[in-house]
Amino acid sequence: MPTTTSPEKRPDQQSFLRRFRRPGISRAAEEFGVPGKGRSLLISVVTAVLILTLWWVVAGMKLVSPLFLPSPADVWRQIIEVGSDGFGGASLWKHSWISVCRVFAAFLASCLTAIPIGLAMGMSRIFRGIFDPPIEFYRPIPPLAYLPLIIIWFGIGETSKVLLIYLACFAPMALSTRAGVRSVSVEQIHAAYSLGATHAQVIRYVVLRAALPEILTGMRIGIGFGWTTLVAAEMVAAAAGLGYMILNASEFLVTDVVVMGIIVIGLIALLSDLLMRTIERKLVPWKGKV
Amino acid sequence: MSRLEIRNVSLDYPGQSNGNKVQALADLNLVIEGQDFVVALGPSGCGKTTLLNLLAGFISPTRGQILLDGKKVRGPAKDRGVVFQKHALLPWMNVIENAEFGLKLQGKTLTERRKVAGKSLTLVGLEDFQHHAIYQLSGGMQQRLGIARVLTSDPDILLMDEPFGALDALTRDSMQELILKVWASTRKMIFFITHSVEEALFLATRLVVMSPRPGRILHSFDLDFSRQFLETRDSRAIKSGPEYIELREEIFSIVRNQG
Repeated sequence: MPTTTSPEKRPDQQSFLRRFRRPGISRAAEEFGVPGKGRSLLISVVTAVLILTLWWVVAGMKLVSPLFLPSPADVWRQIIEVGSDGFGGASLWKHSWISVCRVFAAFLASCLTAIPIGLAMGMSRIFRGIFDPPIEFYRPIPPLAYLPLIIIWFGIGETSKVLLIYLACFAPMALSTRAGVRSVSVEQIHAAYSLGATHAQVIRYVVLRAALPEILTGMRIGIGFGWTTLVAAEMVAAAAGLGYMILNASEFLVTDVVVMGIIVIGLIALLSDLLMRTIERKLVPWKGKV
Repeated sequence: MSRLEIRNVSLDYPGQSNGNKVQALADLNLVIEGQDFVVALGPSGCGKTTLLNLLAGFISPTRGQILLDGKKVRGPAKDRGVVFQKHALLPWMNVIENAEFGLKLQGKTLTERRKVAGKSLTLVGLEDFQHHAIYQLSGGMQQRLGIARVLTSDPDILLMDEPFGALDALTRDSMQELILKVWASTRKMIFFITHSVEEALFLATRLVVMSPRPGRILHSFDLDFSRQFLETRDSRAIKSGPEYIELREEIFSIVRNQG
């Protein structure tokens, strides 16, 4: 006969702190012990709304001077105004378009060079030996540190701007691609050879396909780094671009345009990341499942 | 009729320091021919996987040679199909694409590929799963696909490296029966590795028991439980018969005394 236990609190009624401390089962049919699982979307939305509300309240009560913290309404007005009248000689759309072009030109150039170089590094010790020291050396250096050198070498034109963003994209993409090549299992390669594959066929049908998930991850990280470097790239002799717009606005202490520019860059970067994630789901549905 | 001959094969793995090499196989001789189902049995570290890798051509012997129909083995080729312990399927291809991969490498047309691969899938009972993704298959189904993929290329011999080692006991039993049916209908020779005495007894026409460090063949048994199964289709009766149990205990004690 089964013993009856005294009615306890259901686990999901436990206090938040207790659930946090103990890896308890919080819902029916939930697995024990895996930390950090479950959906977090709702919590993220709440966080975003809270930050916006806090911003709105603090700015609305004039706790801080608008010079330091413009209100959300001011920022929204700037989006409309700069969208139609422009700021610093160009409209918001032109600023955005120019920046998008710079980042994507650099990203594309990086795809065309970093992926083949990463593949070569993964597949040949000679290429790995050649490219490893320069990439590993320059990768951790902040782009602002070598920006002066790039300007001295390549002038203040468009080349320097795209080159700076390109360098930021290049390292993570090349290293990811290289790691992707190394991720292919030796059994898969042996299996292909045993089915009569030539060396070229093994690379084409096995190595390249196995590397694809990591190549796409590298592209995602790369384009993120590209957006991170945008403002640095547009510091010198730019006539348009979101980074230029922010720097120009900060010189005139137009803080609401600065904040607006930050938000626009954030949104565009978020969009390009979502695009990459969609491509990833389409191209490598097997990722993480085998 | 094919013939795979292992002639005085030794293999040393280079050790950490000079002269400190590990002898994995010592002076091994074995002939597999006709419709032999040869099972190599031994504890881990007895060099049985090394032996399979030598036959597959993934490594080459330190001394001696391996001959397939009189020709020296010099690397992997499609005359020796390998089924791996972990399936080694290609997850970016679906079931039928994996099954026909060998023919694709040979440049065969799609219709031809589908025809042959469809037959191998039917043979292993996967004909209804042609367009499934690899990660949608169970472990047993993945291994069956691994077998189908090899059959499509029509090798002379199947080399199987503990193919059912990672499966649960029930799936394992049905896979053993499946491989015997495949063996009977394709009439190929099979070299099969396992550390399970029961599995070895049930499958082998020839069972070789290996000893560890350096790997040598200790005993060789000629068996016919697999042929009995193909006639009666009753594996429980065979596995509970006195003859099977007696041999099982004998081989257990041989293996156990090896440490």
